[in-house]
Amino acid sequence: MSFAPLLLEIKNLHVHYAVYGGRLKVLDGVDFHMRTGEKVGLVGETGCGKTTMMKAILRVLPMPPAQIPQGEIYFNGRDIRKMSGNDLQRVRGRGISMIFQDPTAALNPVFSVGEQLGAVIQYSAERGKALSHQEIHQRAIAALQEVALADPERLLRSYPSQLSGGMRQRVCIGMALATHPQLLIADEPGTSLDVTIQDQVLRLLRTLVAEKDTSVILITHSLGIVREMTDRVYVMYAGDIVEVAVTPNLFANPLHPYTQGLISTVPRLTGGGIASGIPGRIPNYLTPPTGCRFHPRCPHVMDICRAEKPPAYRVDDDHEVACFLYRTENRV
Amino acid sequence: MTDILTVTDLKKYFVVGRSGWPKREPITVKAVDGISFAMAEGETLGLVGESGSGKSTVAYTTVGMYPPTSGSMKFRGQELFQADGKRPLHLKKDIQIVFQDPGSSLNPRRSIKDILEMPLRLHQPGKNRLEQIVHLLDIVDMPPAYMYKYPHMLSGGEKQIIAVARALATDPSLVILDEPTSALDVSVQAKTINLLLRLQREFHLTYLFITHDLSLMRNVAARVAIMYLGKICEIAETADFFQKPLHPYTQMLLSSIPVISEAEEAFKPKKVISTGEIPSPVNIPSGCSFTTRCPFVMDVCREIDPVMVEAGPGHKVRCHLFTQPAPAGRAKGP
Repeated sequence: MSFAPLLLEIKNLHVHYAVYGGRLKVLDGVDFHMRTGEKVGLVGETGCGKTTMMKAILRVLPMPPAQIPQGEIYFNGRDIRKMSGNDLQRVRGRGISMIFQDPTAALNPVFSVGEQLGAVIQYSAERGKALSHQEIHQRAIAALQEVALADPERLLRSYPSQLSGGMRQRVCIGMALATHPQLLIADEPGTSLDVTIQDQVLRLLRTLVAEKDTSVILITHSLGIVREMTDRVYVMYAGDIVEVAVTPNLFANPLHPYTQGLISTVPRLTGGGIASGIPGRIPNYLTPPTGCRFHPRCPHVMDICRAEKPPAYRVDDDHEVACFLYRTENRV
Repeated sequence: MTDILTVTDLKKYFVVGRSGWPKREPITVKAVDGISFAMAEGETLGLVGESGSGKSTVAYTTVGMYPPTSGSMKFRGQELFQADGKRPLHLKKDIQIVFQDPGSSLNPRRSIKDILEMPLRLHQPGKNRLEQIVHLLDIVDMPPAYMYKYPHMLSGGEKQIIAVARALATDPSLVILDEPTSALDVSVQAKTINLLLRLQREFHLTYLFITHDLSLMRNVAARVAIMYLGKICEIAETADFFQKPLHPYTQMLLSSIPVISEAEEAFKPKKVISTGEIPSPVNIPSGCSFTTRCPFVMDVCREIDPVMVEAGPGHKVRCHLFTQPAPAGRAKGP
């Protein structure tokens, strides 16, 4: 897998939000890369910048207030930030698709499922190859059948409010995959669903991306979902990538103090009580801590952590961590 | 141990509309449809269910926000539902609730001091309230200066802790926790849960802990009850419950939980895979309400609603697999 071509590469991405009273320095030099066919997880708590990063990739950040002072985002070797409108539109359809957290908000309540799904199929068609109504209809039906929805004909005529939460999320998945994207970004795809329905939706998603060989970025705060769905995980804290590892490695041997804290606080099905949690709270982005952004909460804090921002150190072949505890010659 | 709360055949129906002309019959949602359980003094009972299972309705009925359709609820032997619909003040004082979303359960226009002062003024008149507020903040590990803050100045976890302090202001003995941590991140959840457990020890509180998170229940509750469409389908001691889940729905729930270690993966029941949708509570299937999704469904399930049977010591389950003789050629139990 590591020989597959790079699909997405983010270099030193900074995103700031200009607000009354200053600049929120949300992303602070994020590096990220993934290869074709990989399933990558992005984990972090509320407000750590996961969604900001994904919005920057799709160029749907509201600018202003957002600003990107520096950073490059390459998709298939081309910088998304420098693309023209037309090129970008092509990337957004067949290049990258997105599933949002809340399917109720992602679907327009005043258009039927058929109209919305049809529009997606129509706009993603290759240039100069307009689709006929029958073709759009057939593809829409195929898209719904793919996500295991019964009676697609009737579904196309119904409105989002007539569907259950699980069905809506399936429609969203069908819509995202109808364009056969190379990369699927799933932002908390199961969070708003009940646990048994979430299980169904995630299993379906896993089967579909395996069939179509789609690359996936899964954004979530649930470590359990990451473990079941991904090959490699990025852990994010306050706008920094703090650890990257192959999924089983991350759970067997978490290195960064934040990752260790995060994993220890997850309640286990096998019992054993609940750890005390990580002291302190996520920093204010107006005046983020100097050096390592985790240092005010870190149990192993050293002087250097307050002064310098730790670079990523390669600890193992597939394991990088941005922490001075693992200071070696192997800077990435 | 004596029972602090005894619930017998509690029902709560909501009228949500009327059928078409000419009959105009009321359409009801059976949010809670005949549940019975008892809670011992000082224990934590976990009430687990998916959305629409009626777990919050049980909570709201217990604190008196809704009058029940029928059934009885006794608090230390005293009936909670009086004929005139009014609850005496001392019973209100003893049963308090912490809501799911601290963002909307705290009034944004009131300072923390005002929020904590209200229950004190009602239930503990005549004392030095400022001193009591400082004391309340102290027992939940908050600095006294927080008194002058407003809810929007606090993080989600801190807001929930203020909501806990407000519930404790009346010195209650039973606290209902309605998904107190589901809006919080895991690291904040851990802190809040540990605080709740410490308070339980210090003040000898009884918790009715409502949640949809079974992994959390495993670590917090002494007993667990599972609700599905307004009925309890299984209730047991926590250890017994997780080792030997009996009801097919319980097994489906357990097998659906995403976990983070191999040990937990091995612990999950493998046989029941989640299928089907949760039926609308307006249109509950006849017989057992789980028939539409149950992999072990039998003819009898579609006709007769099973009754609660004792499958082991303190382990009750409501399923025909445990009441009917097993059909030939098939081992009893899933």
